[in-house]
Order: sequence, then structure tokens, then C-alpha cells
Amino acid sequence: MLPALVIVFREAIEAGLIVGIVLAATRGVPNRGLWVAYGVVAGVAGACAVAGFAGRLANLFHGTGQELFNASVLGLAVLMLAWHNIWMSSHGRALAADLKKVGAAVASGERTLTALAIVVGVAVLREGSEVVLFLYGIASQGGTTQSAMLVGGGLGLLGGGALSALMYLGLLAVPPGRLFAVTSALITLLAAGMASQATLFLQQAGYLNALLTPLWDTSWLLPQEGPGIAGILGRMMHTLVGYTDSPDGAQLIAYAATVLAIGVLMQIAGRTHSRSHRAVPHAA
Amino acid sequence: MRVAVFLGFACLLAAPAFADAPAASVTLKGHKFLPAEIHVRANQPNVIALTNGDDTAEEFDSTALKVEKVVAGHDSGDVRLRPLAPGRYPFMGEFHSDTAQGVVIAE
Repeated sequence: MLPALVIVFREAIEAGLIVGIVLAATRGVPNRGLWVAYGVVAGVAGACAVAGFAGRLANLFHGTGQELFNASVLGLAVLMLAWHNIWMSSHGRALAADLKKVGAAVASGERTLTALAIVVGVAVLREGSEVVLFLYGIASQGGTTQSAMLVGGGLGLLGGGALSALMYLGLLAVPPGRLFAVTSALITLLAAGMASQATLFLQQAGYLNALLTPLWDTSWLLPQEGPGIAGILGRMMHTLVGYTDSPDGAQLIAYAATVLAIGVLMQIAGRTHSRSHRAVPHAA
Repeated sequence: MRVAVFLGFACLLAAPAFADAPAASVTLKGHKFLPAEIHVRANQPNVIALTNGDDTAEEFDSTALKVEKVVAGHDSGDVRLRPLAPGRYPFMGEFHSDTAQGVVIAE
């Protein structure tokens, strides 16, 4: 029961935190629940497919298919998160300034719901395929442990969901005027962490062979994973802001470049928007 | 000619740095790694050829080695390791972490 609980809990936190951020970032946008649900359902279906073809996927591209798949999926999520942030910084100001004026910003918010649904789907796909493989393994072994494993998995899902819900509620406690700034920052760091992880998969596949030496090691302070509260906290920080206890040079560059690129593009998008508004005052 | 150039380029792309890396073999049986201690050379890329003799899939997972690789039941896969500083690097089979434990020793 315990291994099922631990694995499902771990994966549920990772996917759940991302869903929580997406929900907070789309606060006040109609139909967001539906889009997030689409993302979750598509992610679960995709996870089953990936788990089913795990062997064949791994053997593609001279045995690096799995690594390339993971890197591509993470890259897609980075692009979608970046697009959401940039789009919102040019069109979502009204939404951020006054949640009562949502009507005007509804259309703009809905545009990026597709991007965020893809992010949710991709997160569930990645974490879910491991859970599916694991639970399938247990189911195929049969025997009396099966029901215990189901209970463990259920408890793990509840626990992971509860932690994610806590973070979501915490975000909702942020004053509406500042919520946009907070979720933008979170989404930027989330994307940077994913970019850093994508470089790991490219390194593992052998496509990135420079700057592989770890720069420092803070696992004594906060291990990225492991038993106990510290391990759970480290894993949450890993998912949320891309915390890595011993990053190498390539990871650090990917992380910094993502933060920089999204930050600069958001600035440019925001400025272009306000200028066009000054030129055409009746546009709003 | 063009095809040959294309194929040559494809090989360059498809056969990254690990082409010449020495391989160590590890087998999973009864959700345990055999051998559980893998010796590799330090400061150069290495490959662990993992054969999964069990019916179920397993994920070779190690934060220290910065790798995670799923190998389906009765299948095999290569786990590519970056150049490692001399030392001990624990790894585990994530789906059966109570029994599937091992360590890579770079020397």
C-alpha cells in the first residue's frame, strides 16, 4: 500500500501544482474549468497511450526516443506558458486591474485557455504515464495486495490533490490587483524549470554534451527528492520554480534564458499595447 | 551523392557522444538489480545496458546521476550517463524502490 501511496502522491503533487497555477492564472475567465478538464482528460488518455507504447517509444531514434519525447513535451509546455504570459501582458491588463470588468477581457482570456489546457494535458501526461505503468504492473501481478495498492493509490491522489488545493487557495488569497503579477511570475519560473529539465533529457540522449559539470550542490540543505518533509518540499520547489539541488551549466543557462526571454517579451508586449491605446483612445 | 551526405548527416545526428562509451550490463530480476554495484570509469561518458527480466515495467531513476528511463517488461534499454566525478551515485527502480536499489561507482 505504501509504495502506491508514495508514487501516486508524488506524481499527483507535480501535476496538481501546475493545474493549481493555471486555475489561479485564469481566475475570472469563464469556461476555464471546462478547458482545464479537457486538459486533464486528454492528459490521462495520453498517459495510457504513452504507458502502452513505452517499449516502442524508448527504442525510437537509436534508443533515445523516450528522452526526445520527454524533451519535446516539456519544450511544448514552455512555449505555451510563455505565450500565455506574453499574451496576457498585452491584453490582460483590464482583467488584472479590476476583476469586475471581466466582461471586456473575457475574449482575451479565453484565447490563452487553449495554451493552458495544453500545459495541463502535458503535465498530466508526463506524471500520469508513470502512475499508469506502476499501477498496471501491480494489477498484472494480481493477488491479495491489489486492493491495498488501490487504497494506497487513492490516498496518494487525495493527498497530492489536497496539497495542490492548498496552494491554489493560497494564491486566491492574493489581492486581485496583484494576482496577475504573482501568477505571471510563477508561470515564468514554472516554464524556466521545465526548460531546465528538458536540457537534462537532451543531455541524457547525448544531444547536448557541453557544460555537464554540476556547479554546486545544495542537497544537504534541501534535497530535490527523498524521504521525509524535506524531500516533499524539495520536490514541490522542483515542480514550482524548477529548484535543482545540483544544477549543471546547461541547465542554469536554459533556466536563465527562459526567464529573460519571457520577461523581455512581456515588457515589449505590454509597452506596444499601451502605445497603441494612446494612439486610438476609443479602441478600449 | 546527396543521399549519402544526408545519411552521413543523419548518422551524426543519430549517434551522439555515447557511440564509443563503454557499456556496463545490468539485469533486473525479481525487482532487484544484478549487479547492484556498477563500476564505471570516471570523467567520461558511460552507458548502462539495462535488461528488464521482469514482467512489469521499471523506471531507472537517479537524481544523483540526473537520469530517468522507463524500460518495459522483458525489454532492454540504454541508460546514458554523463561524465562523472569519482564517487558513489545511488539509483533505484522507482516502481519497486523497496527492493530495486543500486549504486554506480565512478573511479
